[in-house]
Amino acid sequence: MIYFDNVSKHYGEGIPPALNGVDLKIEPGEFVSFVGHSGAGKTTLVKLLLAEEKPSAGEVFFESANIHELKPRYVSELRQNIGTVFQDFRLIPKKTVYENIAFAMEVAGCTDEEIRTDVPHVLELVGLEGKAFNFPHELSGGEQQRVAIARAIINQPALLVADEPTGNLDPLNTHEIIEILRKVNDLGTTVLLTTHNKDVINSLERRVVTLEDGKIIRDDETGKYVI
Amino acid sequence: MIMLGLKRILRTGFVQFWRNGIVSLSAVLVMTVTLLVISVIIFASALLTESLASIEEKVDINVYFVPSATEDDVLVVQGALEQLPEVAFVNYTTKEVVLENFKVRHATDASKLDALDELDENPFGAVLNVKADQPQQYEGIQNFLQENYSPTEVGSVIETVNYFENKKAIDRLSQIIEAGERLGAIVTAMFIVISVLITLNTIRLAMYISRDEIHVMKLVGAKKNYITAPFVITGALYGVAASVITLLILWPLTFYLGPTTESFFVNINIFNYFISSLGQIVLILLVSGVIIGSVSSFLAIKRYLKVR
Repeated sequence: MIYFDNVSKHYGEGIPPALNGVDLKIEPGEFVSFVGHSGAGKTTLVKLLLAEEKPSAGEVFFESANIHELKPRYVSELRQNIGTVFQDFRLIPKKTVYENIAFAMEVAGCTDEEIRTDVPHVLELVGLEGKAFNFPHELSGGEQQRVAIARAIINQPALLVADEPTGNLDPLNTHEIIEILRKVNDLGTTVLLTTHNKDVINSLERRVVTLEDGKIIRDDETGKYVI
Repeated sequence: MIMLGLKRILRTGFVQFWRNGIVSLSAVLVMTVTLLVISVIIFASALLTESLASIEEKVDINVYFVPSATEDDVLVVQGALEQLPEVAFVNYTTKEVVLENFKVRHATDASKLDALDELDENPFGAVLNVKADQPQQYEGIQNFLQENYSPTEVGSVIETVNYFENKKAIDRLSQIIEAGERLGAIVTAMFIVISVLITLNTIRLAMYISRDEIHVMKLVGAKKNYITAPFVITGALYGVAASVITLLILWPLTFYLGPTTESFFVNINIFNYFISSLGQIVLILLVSGVIIGSVSSFLAIKRYLKVR
């Protein structure tokens, strides 16, 4: 499903590469966690996958498409197929919870009827039934992250990328967010998670890819947090 | 599907305008200044054009006859003038009426009246007042009089034709007004450019505030047009709101300035002009506002869409 073929990323002369000759293959339905110190290359990996950055060398494939050869309109379609969750939530502040989620559906070309049916359903799934008409600033960090997850999964994407989704959350909210991600994965969506949280990795008991200085130094099928 | 997209773009544009209250207010106020500058140009141009037209309207030719000219002589010239296609009408004032007018005008000047009494005959000649259809036709009428009844010829019944004296003054005034219009156009063009640049920068600031939002929209998979269009609608709404505010300012302002302009600019009341041209002014302000707002938004958002 996802294939990194000898991918390197340099941000400039004299700066160590963010990624250095990364080869990686991810199959549909997997739950893969990326761990490593800050600057190990986790976020660069995510940015390459979302076509936010171009690799300096190598190629990145999503299904059969070489991501960095896609024309801009196909990049939009690629992103509609990849749900994203970030540490800083990245909700649209002037839209309500309902509108934030509905926006992802509008972008994908869903009808108003579909939006009216699906948004309450996904809000129920993430436990935010009563918050549909609140604005993001009226929610706690955990609630905002649940909105972000709801937005990410509303179009039933093939892939969900969660870049440090629990970085700003307390242990209780962290646990709840990871449980939601696990549930999403159980429903068939491939999940890529980057995190520093040892307890999260150890409790998941799924595939763990460890990065260091832009290189993959460990890839365990049911790994533990080992750095 | 196109209608659905259009409906969502319009709705999002309206909602963005409403929810970004402070940003919208500042953009609208800055744009109001731009539209007021445009309005000043409209009014100044109208006042100057109307003044020129009004002055041109006052141009005429007075043909003064020698006192010895008989009524038949005058009627011959009148008839000849009335045959000319460019002549609108010819008004004949007999020498008796000219004398009466003189007496009335100088009723308090005893010395002039006494001097008149000393004379046995009426010292005034008859006068023909000639009006042309167009101001530029006077020269032709003047030439006709020169060729056929030249005052310089011996025995001519015409003493003098006053067109050239008036013409010099009118030409000079026209030149001053035209120069004023040209200078005004340059100054106001500069003001418009400055105002548009300020508006553009204000909207760029509004876009800068929304840059993270735009980035999120791209990450969610929104196409460029779907991101841009609501911002363009919001920009157009800035223009509409600014037009309304400008009109609300212009109404009392022109009402207040109306009597002043009426006495200063040869009977042109700026408030009456505002009311009679309201439809045109509303259209100009709305179109300018919508174009400036939407184009500024379009240009401002472009830089945030370049980043993948």
